[in-house]
Amino acid sequence: MNGTLIAIQVFDGLVKGSFYALLSLGLAVIFGMLRVVNFAHGAFYMLGAFGAWLLAQQWQVPFWAAIVLAPLGVGLLGMALERTLIRRLSHLDPLYNFLLTFGVALAVQDAMRLKYGIQGKPYMPPEQLRGVTDIGPAFYPTYRIFAIVFALAVCLLVWYLIERTRLGMIVRAATERPDLTRALGVNVDRWVTPVFGFGVALAALGGVIAAPVYQVTPVMGADIIIILFAVVVIGGLGSIAGAVVAGLLVGLIAAAGQIIEIGGFDLGRYENALIFVAMAIVLLARPAGLFGHAEAG
Amino acid sequence: MRVQLRHRLGYLTALLVALALPQVIYPGLALDIVVWGLFAVSLDLLLGFGGLLSFGHAAFWGSAGYAAGLAAKHLGVPFPVAVLAGVTVAVLLALPIGYLSIRRQAIYFAMVTLAFAQMLFYVTNEWRGLTGGENGLQAIPRTFPGLTLPSGSAAFYYAALPLALLGYWLAWRAVHSPFGHVLVAIRDNEARAQALGYPTRRYKVLGFVLSAALAGLAGSLFALGHGFAALELLHWTTSGLVVMMVILGGVGTLWGSVIGAAVVLLLRDWLSTSTLTLAGVSLKDAWGVVTGVIFVLIVLSFRRGVWGTLLQLRLPRGGSRPAPRAGQTTAGGPSAADGG
Repeated sequence: MNGTLIAIQVFDGLVKGSFYALLSLGLAVIFGMLRVVNFAHGAFYMLGAFGAWLLAQQWQVPFWAAIVLAPLGVGLLGMALERTLIRRLSHLDPLYNFLLTFGVALAVQDAMRLKYGIQGKPYMPPEQLRGVTDIGPAFYPTYRIFAIVFALAVCLLVWYLIERTRLGMIVRAATERPDLTRALGVNVDRWVTPVFGFGVALAALGGVIAAPVYQVTPVMGADIIIILFAVVVIGGLGSIAGAVVAGLLVGLIAAAGQIIEIGGFDLGRYENALIFVAMAIVLLARPAGLFGHAEAG
Repeated sequence: MRVQLRHRLGYLTALLVALALPQVIYPGLALDIVVWGLFAVSLDLLLGFGGLLSFGHAAFWGSAGYAAGLAAKHLGVPFPVAVLAGVTVAVLLALPIGYLSIRRQAIYFAMVTLAFAQMLFYVTNEWRGLTGGENGLQAIPRTFPGLTLPSGSAAFYYAALPLALLGYWLAWRAVHSPFGHVLVAIRDNEARAQALGYPTRRYKVLGFVLSAALAGLAGSLFALGHGFAALELLHWTTSGLVVMMVILGGVGTLWGSVIGAAVVLLLRDWLSTSTLTLAGVSLKDAWGVVTGVIFVLIVLSFRRGVWGTLLQLRLPRGGSRPAPRAGQTTAGGPSAADGG
C-alpha cells in the first residue's frame, strides 16, 4: 500500500462524499420545510445528469450553461410535483408522501430506461477542466477536484443562505414553529413550493456535476438514494452541517473500504456494505444520529 | 353467533379458492399469489398492527429464498427442510436488523430497514462464490422424501400450500393473541403501553422477527417453487412492491393483503402478455412505470384499500368493527391493555 494509491482513494472518497453532501443537503432542506422525505431525490439527481447530457446532445449546450439550465428545469418540475401531488397529502402522516415519491421515483426511472436504455452515456467535462493536476503524491483528474470544490462551495452558500439571511430566517422559523410564524404575519404556505423546488434543484445540480465523473444512466438515482438514507440516518435530518459532514464521512468510509485489505480479503467490493455497517454502529451508539436531537415519541 | 358463522364461511370459501386456484390459472401464477400473499400479510402484520413501515422486507424474503435454495441444492435436503433453513436465516437476520431498526421511529424506520435490505443486496451480489452473483442460483431441486416434484405442474403448489396456510394461520393467531393486542396498543400509544408495564421494545423486536419469519417462509417457497433465486428477490423494488400490495389490499386488514397481492400479480401477468402500446412503448416492458403510477394513484386516493373500502361500505348497516389503520390513532386508548 503506497501513498499514491491512498491519496487517490481519499480524493475519490471526497468526490463521492461531496455528492452525498450536496444531495443530503437538499433532502434536509425539503424535510425541514415539508416534513417529507423525498424518495424521488435520486430520480431528480438522475434527471439533472440526463438534462445536461440531453442539452449537449440536442443543442450542443456547453457544461457551463447546463449547470444552470438543468437544475432550473428540474427544479420547476419539482415545484410542479409539489403543487399537483405532494400538497394533497401534506395533512396526512408523512409516510404517505414518502410512498408517493417512491412511486414517482419508480415511474420516472423506468420511463427513462425505456426511452434511453440502460447503457451508460459518457459526458465530457468542459475543456478547461480536462487533464490532471498534481496533488503531491499523485496526479488527479482536474475535473474531480473542481467537483469537490464546487459542491462544497454550494453547500457553504446554502448554509449562509439559511443561517444568515432574512429569507433563511423565515424558512427556519416556518420549520420550527409554523403556526407561530403564521401568527407573525409570514405567509408560510407561499414558501413551501419554492423550498421544495430549491431542494430538488440542488439534487439536479449534483447530477450535472456527477455526469462527467460517472456515466449517465437511468439507475444512477436509485443507487444513490438508498446510500443517502444511510447518510441521513448517520447525520440526522435536523441540521445543514450534519448533512454535509455525514455526506463527506460516508464518502470517506467507502474510500477506506478500497484501501483496507484484511488478510488478502479485499473489502473494496463491499464498500457500499461498509456504509451500512457504519449506519448500524451509529444506530447503536447514537440512535438520533451524530448531529440529531433525540426524537420525541 | 352470526358473525362467527360468517367468518367460518369466509375461511372455508378461501380454502376452497386456494385448492381450486391451479385449475383456474396456471400453477406458477397460483403459487405466486399464495406466497406473495403471505409475504404481504407478513408486512401487514408489522405495518397494520405494529405501525412500523418496513421498506426493506425484501431482505427476509430474499435471504430466505437464497438460503432455502442453497440448502436444497448443496445439501440435497427435502423441500420442507430447505424451507426451514430459509426461515431460520430470515430470523437470524431479523434479530439484529430489527433490534437496530426499532431504535428509530416512523419515517426513519422505513429508511433504516431499506438501507439494511440494500446492504444484503450488495453483499449477495458480491459474494459470487456462494450466491452466483448476477446469475443467481439456478436449477434448485425440489425433492420430497422419496420423490422429485416435477416442475411447472400443480404438484409443488399442493405440496407448498399446507406450509403457506400454516404461515397464514400463524399471522392470524398472532393478531388475535394477547401479543397482537399489545402490539396494537404500542402502535396507538407507545408511552401508555410502556407505562402499563409492557417492555415495548421487546414486543416490537418480536413483532419484527415474527413478520420476517413469515416473509422468509414465503420467500423460501417462492424460490423453491420457481427453482431459482435471483438478485431481484432482494431488490428495493421488491420491498416497494409488497408495500404496494398491502396498501392496495388495505392496511391493517390482514386478508386484504392477499387480495392486494392477487390483484397486482394478475395485472402483471395480464400486462406481460398484452399487446397494448402507449406512446410507442409496449406496456409489457413498462412494468416499472405501471407500478409507479399505480402506487401514486393508490396513495393519493385509495388509501383504505380494497378490503378497507368494503368494510367501510358495509359499516353503516352495522356489524363489523372498523379496521385499524396505520398511522392513525384510535380514540379510547389501547384496546387490550387490561392484560397488564
